[in-house]
Amino acid sequence: MAFIEASELVKTYTPKGAPVVRALDGLDLEVPQGTVTALLGPNGAGKTTTVKVLTTLISPDSGSATIDGIDVLNDPQSIRRMIGASGQYAAVDENLTGFENLMMVGKLYHLGSKVARQRAAELIELFDLVESQNRPVKGYSGGMRRRIDLAGALVIRPPVLFLDEPTTGLDPRSRLGLWDVIETLVSDGTTVLLTTQYLEEADRLADSISVIDNGRVIARGTADELKASVGGQRVALTVVDESDGDAVRSLLASHGTGEPVVTAGRTWVVPVDDGPSALGAIVSAASAAGIALHDAGMRRPTLDDVFLQLTGHAAEHDEETTESAA
Amino acid sequence: MSGSSTTNSAAAPVPKTPVTAKTTGAASRTLQPIPGSAVSRFLSDGWVTTWRNLMKIIRVPEILLFSLIQPIMFVLLFTFVFGAAIDIPGEGYTSFLMAGIFAQTVVFGSTYSGAAMAQDLKDGIIDRFRTLPMSGAAVLVGRTNGDLVINALSMIVMMITGFIVGWRVNSSPLEFLAGVALLLLFAYAFSWVMAFLGMSVKSPEIINNASFLILFPLTFISNAFVPSENLPTPLRIFAEWNPVSSLVQSARELFGNVPPGTPVGDAWTAQNPIATVLLGVTVLLLIFVPLSIRKFATLSR
Repeated sequence: MAFIEASELVKTYTPKGAPVVRALDGLDLEVPQGTVTALLGPNGAGKTTTVKVLTTLISPDSGSATIDGIDVLNDPQSIRRMIGASGQYAAVDENLTGFENLMMVGKLYHLGSKVARQRAAELIELFDLVESQNRPVKGYSGGMRRRIDLAGALVIRPPVLFLDEPTTGLDPRSRLGLWDVIETLVSDGTTVLLTTQYLEEADRLADSISVIDNGRVIARGTADELKASVGGQRVALTVVDESDGDAVRSLLASHGTGEPVVTAGRTWVVPVDDGPSALGAIVSAASAAGIALHDAGMRRPTLDDVFLQLTGHAAEHDEETTESAA
Repeated sequence: MSGSSTTNSAAAPVPKTPVTAKTTGAASRTLQPIPGSAVSRFLSDGWVTTWRNLMKIIRVPEILLFSLIQPIMFVLLFTFVFGAAIDIPGEGYTSFLMAGIFAQTVVFGSTYSGAAMAQDLKDGIIDRFRTLPMSGAAVLVGRTNGDLVINALSMIVMMITGFIVGWRVNSSPLEFLAGVALLLLFAYAFSWVMAFLGMSVKSPEIINNASFLILFPLTFISNAFVPSENLPTPLRIFAEWNPVSSLVQSARELFGNVPPGTPVGDAWTAQNPIATVLLGVTVLLLIFVPLSIRKFATLSR
């Protein structure tokens, strides 16, 4: 039995004057103990709803969920003693200092003042917030808020940690910093369920990835397994002049086994059967057609390719829209 | 608490890498709660959330400042603008007015709970609280306690201002304290109503506007600022049955601010203001405390 298990979760919402939304549509999930599983999917796929069910915030219409054999729906208070949750928005009290926020969480876990204080000091140090610990959170940067929120989830050293889009909306530097922190955490055996819409994040942090779309898991495996399932190799060409796009498209289409797609403006990618010979043929055809190239190469499929193939649409990187589950 | 001990011993996995003292050491051991009864935990949770709301008053002093300036302004405006025009027998308008100002201010003070619950919901703090093994009811107790503290401070400031402009208490200290307690109790019950509304709306701004629309007529169509006998009949009937009138009447009586021979309305509520207030408070609490606690237990952003 996996440490976190969810089966057949269904949750529907009926927005005013709109058809029923099936936020979860028979979602199954298994997270083995001591591993990191990423729920990867676009906005509205059901990631946040899944986390809300597992962290006792909402009840599903049907289905079941257990953590370490304890029923999430029937015994939420026991579940709350063993989980830590950190949300998409930093759920901290703006008017309290970083230290006070962590103290408050410790006291609400009933650790007692002394232990709550010790633990808060430990976490402040771990998250590199010593200098700002006595300032109200109101004055913190976005990255600092996320760190204090994450620290709040770690107060009891929970065996299970839920991270709902931990780096959404952060600048790249803060994101890298937070990844380092999360990697340290997971290296000591905490079971983690992470949701993300960043393929790179899932690739870097997770042992196993469940791709979800429209409220159900459509594929699962390690990042490598998922990439292998898409199969084959890719040839990528980066053109000097963006106006050569159409010429490159038809050239790649004639050599590849699938539809060429453009990523990052001037880079075109096409799946091919035999990488080296296809690359050679494509480069000489491009030079014969007078298309100037910045770069040409082979690569293995990325999670972006996986996502595109599985869902039929590209991964969204929309940071403003949020999954509404209210 | 049952089952948690077995859970956590089973949950300690073997670390993949040596855990240094610097890491959080989730593998090393989950922290356990100190032993305690459900009652002591509820009281502790209630105190922590009350403390949180009091810290907000300290860290954002503007909230307190404006909630104190407003009643001072009302006392001065009504005394000097209306005081000359409204003829009240006995000790005059100021004496008549103060109980009305007290009632209006504490009733409006209850809206903080509504706005704060809506804001906490929006900020995700409620989600955080609801993933913790704490009492949900304690969050509401802490919130309504916060209103109680602001209201108590407002009362002190208003009394000092009232004293300066000539208001006097003409009753025993016990009656005086009973009057203060009744005002605060009434507002406390309203805080629970507002907390419930705050959890039911989509944004904190709605609560501010909606409470204005409800509380302004409720406090003005009453005997708070003018004697209700002089109102047109429909308004007079509303005023007589208005619980705010009963509150104001009770406070006037308990502060000894009712001149002998002042006419009292015929309605039962006007004849028995203190009983009416206590009854109203009981009914509001019986409805809105369970309703709010149930609402909180299903609440999520």
